Amino acid sequence: MQIGEFLREKVLAVQEYSLMSWAAITNIFRRPFYWVDLYTQADLIGVGSVPIVMLTGFFTGGVLALNSATTLAQFGAKAVTGELVSLSMIKELGPVLTSLMVSGRNASGMASELGSMQVTEQIDAMRALGTDPLKKLVTPRLIATVIMMFFLTILSDALGILGGGLAGTTWLGLDFSQYSHMAYQSLMFPDVLEGMVKPLIFGFIIATVGCYFGMSTRGGTQGVGRSTTQAVVVSSVLIIASDFVISYLMIQLFGR
Amino acid sequence: MPPADPMPLASSTTAGPAVVEQPVVQFEHVSLGFDGNPVLCDINFTANSGEMLVLLGPAGGGKSILLKLANGLIRPDTGHIRIFDEDIGQMSEEKLFAFRSNIGMVFQESALFDSLSVRDNVAYRLMEQKDNPEEIDRRVVEALSFVELEDAIYKFPAELSGGMRRRVAIARAIIAQPKLLLYDSPTGGLDPITSTTIIQLVMKQRDVYESTALLVTHRLQDAFMLATHRFNLQTNQMERIPGNKTDPNTKFIVLREGSIAFNGTLVALLQCEDPYIKEFLA
Repeated sequence: MQIGEFLREKVLAVQEYSLMSWAAITNIFRRPFYWVDLYTQADLIGVGSVPIVMLTGFFTGGVLALNSATTLAQFGAKAVTGELVSLSMIKELGPVLTSLMVSGRNASGMASELGSMQVTEQIDAMRALGTDPLKKLVTPRLIATVIMMFFLTILSDALGILGGGLAGTTWLGLDFSQYSHMAYQSLMFPDVLEGMVKPLIFGFIIATVGCYFGMSTRGGTQGVGRSTTQAVVVSSVLIIASDFVISYLMIQLFGR
Repeated sequence: MPPADPMPLASSTTAGPAVVEQPVVQFEHVSLGFDGNPVLCDINFTANSGEMLVLLGPAGGGKSILLKLANGLIRPDTGHIRIFDEDIGQMSEEKLFAFRSNIGMVFQESALFDSLSVRDNVAYRLMEQKDNPEEIDRRVVEALSFVELEDAIYKFPAELSGGMRRRVAIARAIIAQPKLLLYDSPTGGLDPITSTTIIQLVMKQRDVYESTALLVTHRLQDAFMLATHRFNLQTNQMERIPGNKTDPNTKFIVLREGSIAFNGTLVALLQCEDPYIKEFLA
């Protein structure tokens, strides 16, 4: 009985999440458009995340270069450090780490903001005043997160490769020109495509999961705290799981 | 403000003409439950144009749920809810958003948008309708004058007292001059003086604009005051209706465990022999 109830709840949650996500997508093509909200969210999510994304990308690239160069040196292949760093950053670490950072910062922010609005009846008040909360609150966050994740990932990739280059030239005796050349030459279209598709999907996950947990908050301030935690945990797990699926599909499609 | 004393009304009559019977809100066999627990069972009542229905009952009796049903924020499990002759239970959410322009609602804890100023809270509906900014400003000032809060126009909800928030919520609800107003415990948690101020505003709206209203409260003194007093535009104060008469357009519904235990006028309520009603009024 308890297992049945648990499963029923989870299936219901998936159904509600899917319906909300679908409504948020279809609202993109329906009036009214909340341009001001979109701009505000893009600023909050995108510009606000720039410092943490830059720092994360830079140091990840640096540590990747340090670790990989040490190992590669044992096989006399220290020169390919640039290739390893750029491929790792663009295909995996850039999108995933940026998403995890943005998830920690913004999925939680969306869940707590919308959750607070839900428990203080502001969402009901919005509906009572003739505004669709999905159009006003969810769709702008979804569009802003997807767009900004794309650019934040590019920034993270660039900073990661730069960080790897600086660490390599400063402490490992690598030639920066050779490092840059290897980093650039090794990249092929499927690698870049993979690196650009992932942030779009991760952005969708962050926004929809954050908004879903916010909109479905029950139980006062304690409920807001619970929603915030769940939003970060679920979006992080979904990002890593979908990363695996996307990587597998790309390998199947392009062979790398 | 003199306290309401309903007892001498037991044998009195109503003051002035009652409204023409033009149904605005009709509940027909409405039932609703959550997780298998019934909340409202077979609710039937009608509120005619210009009438104020005061919903009384103990906490957790389904009064606020009933208001949300009347605004289409929740859909009933069974039965029909007709507002202005439209069955809102059958209406799509998209149509409901437009339909709600006829309805103003004051929420239990005001539900003001805390990131918006008083001006933007009150103007919200008009801004959504993309009205002319000058016209919006004029109507915001007008609505805030009605609740006597013009000075708070640029403040944020966090800077307001509980009573001021309720008044802003009333201004937000009435700005588009809706034909139906829903008040969810507008005096809940307020001190007696502030409660009287809020009740006076509700009465002013009833008597000056003659809008139909459903009002939830568990404060009997507020409910009785609405029936025994009227708003005087000359003095800008409420006053007791002379001759111990009651307002003919103010009626009462008492809910007991999700069902209607009483539906009628104040005089009938006070004369009711039902043991539950007697205990509730005691």
